[in-house]
Amino acid sequence: MATPATVQTHRAAGTPLDSRIHVERRSAPSLETSEIVFDVENAEVFYGAFRAVRGVSMKIGKHQITAFIGPSGCGKTTMLRAFNRMHDTTPGARVAGKIAYHGVDLYGPEVSATEVRRRIGMVFQKPNPFPKSIYDNIAFGPRVNGVRSKAELDAIVEKSLRAAALWDEVKDRLRNSALGLSGGQQQRLCIARTIAVEPDVVLMDEPCSALDPIATARIEELMRELKTRYTIVIVTHNMQQAARTSDRTAFFTAELDSTTDQRTGVLVEYDSTAKMFSNPSDERTENYITGRFG
Amino acid sequence: MSELRPALDLRRKRTWRSTKSTLMTVLMGAAVAVVLIPLVAVMWSVISRGAGVMLQSFPDFFTAEIPLVSRRPGPGMGPAIVGTLLATGGATLLAVPLGVLGAVYLHEYGAGSKFAGAVRFMTTVMTGVPSIVMGLFVYLMWTMRFGYSAFGGALALACLMLPVVISSTEQMLKLVPNNLREASYALGTTKSRTILTVVLPAALPGIVSGALLAIARAAGETAPLLFAVGAASTYNPHLFTEANTSLSLQIFSNATSSFVAAQDRAWGAALTLVMLTFALTLTARIFTARFALKR
Repeated sequence: MATPATVQTHRAAGTPLDSRIHVERRSAPSLETSEIVFDVENAEVFYGAFRAVRGVSMKIGKHQITAFIGPSGCGKTTMLRAFNRMHDTTPGARVAGKIAYHGVDLYGPEVSATEVRRRIGMVFQKPNPFPKSIYDNIAFGPRVNGVRSKAELDAIVEKSLRAAALWDEVKDRLRNSALGLSGGQQQRLCIARTIAVEPDVVLMDEPCSALDPIATARIEELMRELKTRYTIVIVTHNMQQAARTSDRTAFFTAELDSTTDQRTGVLVEYDSTAKMFSNPSDERTENYITGRFG
Repeated sequence: MSELRPALDLRRKRTWRSTKSTLMTVLMGAAVAVVLIPLVAVMWSVISRGAGVMLQSFPDFFTAEIPLVSRRPGPGMGPAIVGTLLATGGATLLAVPLGVLGAVYLHEYGAGSKFAGAVRFMTTVMTGVPSIVMGLFVYLMWTMRFGYSAFGGALALACLMLPVVISSTEQMLKLVPNNLREASYALGTTKSRTILTVVLPAALPGIVSGALLAIARAAGETAPLLFAVGAASTYNPHLFTEANTSLSLQIFSNATSSFVAAQDRAWGAALTLVMLTFALTLTARIFTARFALKR
C-alpha cells in the first residue's frame, strides 16, 4: 500500500482515496444554503463519571443524509442517541453542551423528551418490531398520538408501508405477526413504523448491520427516497454505505485520555461526503478511509 | 498391484464416553419414571374412588347441599363448590391486580432503588410464610371483628398469592427485551403508555401462567380457611357475611370422619377440586392462545 504522501501526489482531485469505494457524484447541498436542523455546540455525553464523547460541534442540514463513521467505541451511536434524548432512559447518562433543534435547546428545562421523540424518530441496529401484527406495529405510533378512526389508520398504514417499500410484500397478511417477517422486512417495517408518525428527522443506528447485501441495498434505496421528505442521520460501520448514500460525513475516533486512561470519542472531521472520501483534511480520516487503521 | 486400503470405518465406537452417555440416558429415563409414579398414583386414587361417588348421584353431587348428618350416604358438594369459587375468586381479584401493579413498580419504576429492594426482599420472605400463619393473621385482623365469611378466606388466600404473583410477574417483565421499550419511546410514547401497550402485552402469557399457578395453589389451600371461613353445610352465596365452606375444608372434615359415607364424599370432593383447577388451567390456556398471533 502506498504511503499517504504518494497517494496525495498521484491523485487527481475528486478521485476517491480508495478505489473500492464508489462515491456518488451528486451536488452536495451546502450547509450555508440549506436550513439547519441540528446545531451542536461542544456536546459531551457522560455515562456516570465516564465521558464517552467530548467536544462535538456540527451543523446538520435539512433533507440531507448525514453519516457518522468511525471505529468501534468512538461514540457515534452515543452521539446519535443524544439527538432524540434516548439517553434519558439510561440511568446515569447525561448530555452536556448544547444541541439545538431548529433553534430550540433540546435539553432545555421545559423540553419534554416525549415531544422531542415524536419529531425525531429512530431506527435501531437490530430490527425491533413489537410482538404484534404488522398492522398494529405501524398503527402504534399514530394511535399513541390520538388517531382513532379506522379509515385514517388504514390509510396511514398503507402509506407508511408503501413508503418503506414493504406494502406489496405484506399487504395480504397485515394481521399476521411482524415477527414472522425476514430480518430485512422487519427492518423496513421498523422504518415504516418510524415514518408513520410523520417525524421531521429519522435517526438510524447502523440499520443494515444485521442484514444481507440485498436487504441493505433496498434500505439504502429507501433512504435516498426518504431524503426528499426527512432529514436523516445514519451511523454506519460500512464506509461504502456512507459513501453511497450520504451527503455529508462525520468521522469520529476514540482518543485515549492519558490522565484518566479512558477512551473518549471525538469528532475529527466533518465535511461533504465527496470531500471526505477524496481529499480529507485530517490525516486520521485519510488513514481510516484507506483502511490503514480501524 | 496396488495395496487394498481398508474401508473407512465410520461405525460407532464403544468408548468410555459413549458408555457413560448410555448410562446417563437410562438414569434420566428412570428418574422420569420415578417422578411419574406419585403423579399417576394420585390421579388414579382420586379418580378411582371419587368418580364412583360422583357418578352415582350425578348431577346432584354438584348441586345438592351437604348432609348435616355425616354418616348418611348421598350427595352433595354444591355449597362447597360455591364457597371455593367465592374465596378463590375473591382472592384472585385482590391479589392479581395488586401483584401485577406491584411488579410493574418494582421492575419499571423502582428498579435499582433501595425501597424496591426492601419490597423485593419482603416478598421473598412472605413466600416462605406457612399458610396457617396467614390464616392466623387474617383470623386476628378480620375474623375476630367481622365474623366468618368467604371474604376472610379470600383475604388469607390473597396474602398467600400476592408474593407469588409479584415475583412471577417481575420475572416476566425482565424477559421483555429492552429494545421494545426503546422502540416505543422512539415513537414519542410516554413511559406509562409504553408499559400499558408494549411491555404488559408482551409479558401477558407469562403473567397469566404465573397467576394461574398461584390461583390453582390457593384453590386447594385448607389451613388458611380453617380460621376464616367457618363451617356451613348450606348454600351461602354472600361473599362478606355468614360462615361458608370450601371443597378443601369438606375434604378435611369428611375424610377425618369415621363414617364410610363421609369418606366417600371426601373423595368426590377431591375429584371435584382436581377437575375445577384443571378446567381453570385449560380456560386460561385457551384464553392466552387466542391472544397469540399467527406467525
